[in-house]
Amino acid sequence: MGSKVKKAPKNKQSRLSFPERIGTAFSSFGKRFVDGSLGTKLSHFIFGAGNFYHKQYIKGFLFLLIQVGILALMILCPSINNTPYGWKALQNLSLKNTVEGGGFNPVTGQFDTISSDCKLMILFGFVTIAMIIVYLLVWNLNIASSYKADMDRKIGKKPTTFREDLRELLDGRFHVLMLTPTCIAAAVFTILPTVFMIALAFTTYNQQDMNDLGTNLFHWNGLQNFRAVFTGEGSLGVEIHNRFLPVLGWTFIWAVFATLTCYFGGIILALLINKKGLKGKKLFRTIFILTIAVPQFISLLAVRNLLGEYGPINTLLIDLGLTADPIGFLGLRTGDSESLAKVMVIIINMWVGVPYTMLMTSGILMNIPADLYEAARVDGASTVKMFFKITLPYVIFITTPYLISSFIGNMNAFNSIFLLTGGGPAYPGYQAGGTDLLVTWLYKVTIDQHLYNTGAVIGILTFLITATITLVTYRRSKAYNEEDTFQ
Amino acid sequence: MSMTKTKKVASQSRNRRVSLTVTYAILIILGIIWLVPFVWILLSAFRCDYQSDGTFIGTVTSYFFPKHFGLKNFADLFSATYYAVPRAFPRWMLNTLIIAVVDCLISTFLVLSVAYCMSKLRFKLRKTFMNLSMVIGLFPGFMSMIAIYFLLKSIGLTGNPAHPEYSVIGLILAYSAGAGLGFQIAKGFFDVIPNALVESAKLDGCTNFQIFRRIILPLAKPIIIYQALMSFTGPWMDFIFAKVIIGADNPSYWTVSVGLYSMLFGQYSNTNLFTQFAAGCVIVAIPIVTLFMFLQKYYVEGVTAGAVKG
Repeated sequence: MGSKVKKAPKNKQSRLSFPERIGTAFSSFGKRFVDGSLGTKLSHFIFGAGNFYHKQYIKGFLFLLIQVGILALMILCPSINNTPYGWKALQNLSLKNTVEGGGFNPVTGQFDTISSDCKLMILFGFVTIAMIIVYLLVWNLNIASSYKADMDRKIGKKPTTFREDLRELLDGRFHVLMLTPTCIAAAVFTILPTVFMIALAFTTYNQQDMNDLGTNLFHWNGLQNFRAVFTGEGSLGVEIHNRFLPVLGWTFIWAVFATLTCYFGGIILALLINKKGLKGKKLFRTIFILTIAVPQFISLLAVRNLLGEYGPINTLLIDLGLTADPIGFLGLRTGDSESLAKVMVIIINMWVGVPYTMLMTSGILMNIPADLYEAARVDGASTVKMFFKITLPYVIFITTPYLISSFIGNMNAFNSIFLLTGGGPAYPGYQAGGTDLLVTWLYKVTIDQHLYNTGAVIGILTFLITATITLVTYRRSKAYNEEDTFQ
Repeated sequence: MSMTKTKKVASQSRNRRVSLTVTYAILIILGIIWLVPFVWILLSAFRCDYQSDGTFIGTVTSYFFPKHFGLKNFADLFSATYYAVPRAFPRWMLNTLIIAVVDCLISTFLVLSVAYCMSKLRFKLRKTFMNLSMVIGLFPGFMSMIAIYFLLKSIGLTGNPAHPEYSVIGLILAYSAGAGLGFQIAKGFFDVIPNALVESAKLDGCTNFQIFRRIILPLAKPIIIYQALMSFTGPWMDFIFAKVIIGADNPSYWTVSVGLYSMLFGQYSNTNLFTQFAAGCVIVAIPIVTLFMFLQKYYVEGVTAGAVKG
């Protein structure tokens, strides 16, 4: 069976079903043990043994070093901040047998009494699990390396030297060299934190409850936090139950309007600027690009203060007699109009968003074949008609992927909301205000209020929603399916 | 016959002139709207007005144009002690510069290496890697932010009472570590480089490394500049991540945007600091905008490469 699979052409392997692939993997494991040399057999227990057998000493030593290192770490359980790695960390993952009290003493630089830090227990538990996965991968790698040397010997070739292996890293296995830094960095600083936060959604980790109970400890509580979204039970259930759907609804409305206004606004602006015979194209473009170049915390805070209660615009409106009291454009005071704030953020967002589309469509507009317009003009089509029948379909056709990604981007448009309204007008008793998006709500809940489990639930739900949209649209698109054939 | 023709041409050119005038009018009005907030920040930065009792007015004022101009805000900004940090603003500028330069080098390298692999090499887990990076990218960044803080803190790279300066290293790691997963735009660019070029080099006996070094990199100048621009300007624009990672209680090692933002919001905020905030904004914005305007061509190329493919 094993040899049959091996003879099959390479591209057929990808057509195997999932159980078949697992079967192949297992049979290749058994085959290596049975067929392999003594060195390969020994490699199953001692890393690098096969390499020593084939006189690949440096490689063998490196494998051995990894095995000894990981095993030592697992057995010795070194601890950081009183929280151990290794097998004790796996035990600690249950978050039982935790110790209350104690804390870091800045004077002595020591922990006064031993106490448990539940979040580090989870974190280090996951690090240990990752370490075990690495161990298994290296185990497989070391057997494969020895087995390859066996095969080389069989056909009369010499096993590769360490120098040859290194050289191969620059050619046939160049991707290994190039991807390793990113894989390690992303595993530590992106994947591990994400998995950790997902785990927090299944715990009781929030500062409010812990303060109420006077404890530093938290524990696992299964799906209760997710249940609270529907039932509203628990100390934070009320917030997440009552505010989730309104925030989600507004996030969608915002994303639709922000995407469409900036998209069509950008196309129109590009058409205006690229009009034949217009002078000062470059100057105009530079002015509009300013909102892309200037950091948003500067530009959006400038607008926020311009529109503020005592700012120039409200003063002007009062002086002109258009209003008696300052208008709460951005819903910064309680009682300000929510609808006005919503309209204002969409309008102000055009100010920062339209130039993006303008830049992008400028090039596309110039690439539209001129004879299309010529033919239309001969047929007596008006400018408006040409816009709707030629320009718009052409631009939309090319920029569909951009439309999708900018919709997702707008769902997560933190700056536009956070810097302008701060989520306001506030709902008394709730974190989520009238213009809060899922992301700004997530920010308030986790960073401001330290309600980590609630934040994690919001984050996971946000992910599920954006992932669904992306899957449905991207996976059907040409750009994804024909990614390979495009070139 | 010829009379009607000239008439037609004349009316056409008149139409064109009218439509051009309308376009100019619209663009000028829009241009003014686009500039007003920036002009206002600029004016506020140079505002030097005093109340009748001699106290300086640093708040947002109800009038748009200052009554007196001066450099007091800039002088104060550079000499003042903020949040118990003497001469804080120049410090923040230096911190941000260091972080931005290192982040720019690491991120650009990571992005280019991943993008090249995904675009021009074929290997077993390629599609898996691409799907995985897309899925991870869909998790909101704020979710893992606090976890990155816990992680860095556990290894002493932030919130370390003995070495508060380590948090700068922590922030650089946090900014650049995940950069490689954002390879899509650079990959879109590499995809356009014809495969025939790579294949003919391979026939000549070039290794993949040599192809990358001698053929791809020289052609990739626009995308290198785009990536460098993006990762260099990032730390100047970010006011959330930096504060969480470095810590609200560690103002000596803040970046400039965190410092400026904190003048208006949070426990240290003071409404009388608005003009100094504006002065700081001008100082931060000028180099970034200049850089942007010079490299505009590359920016447009990058944005288009990433977005309008397929």
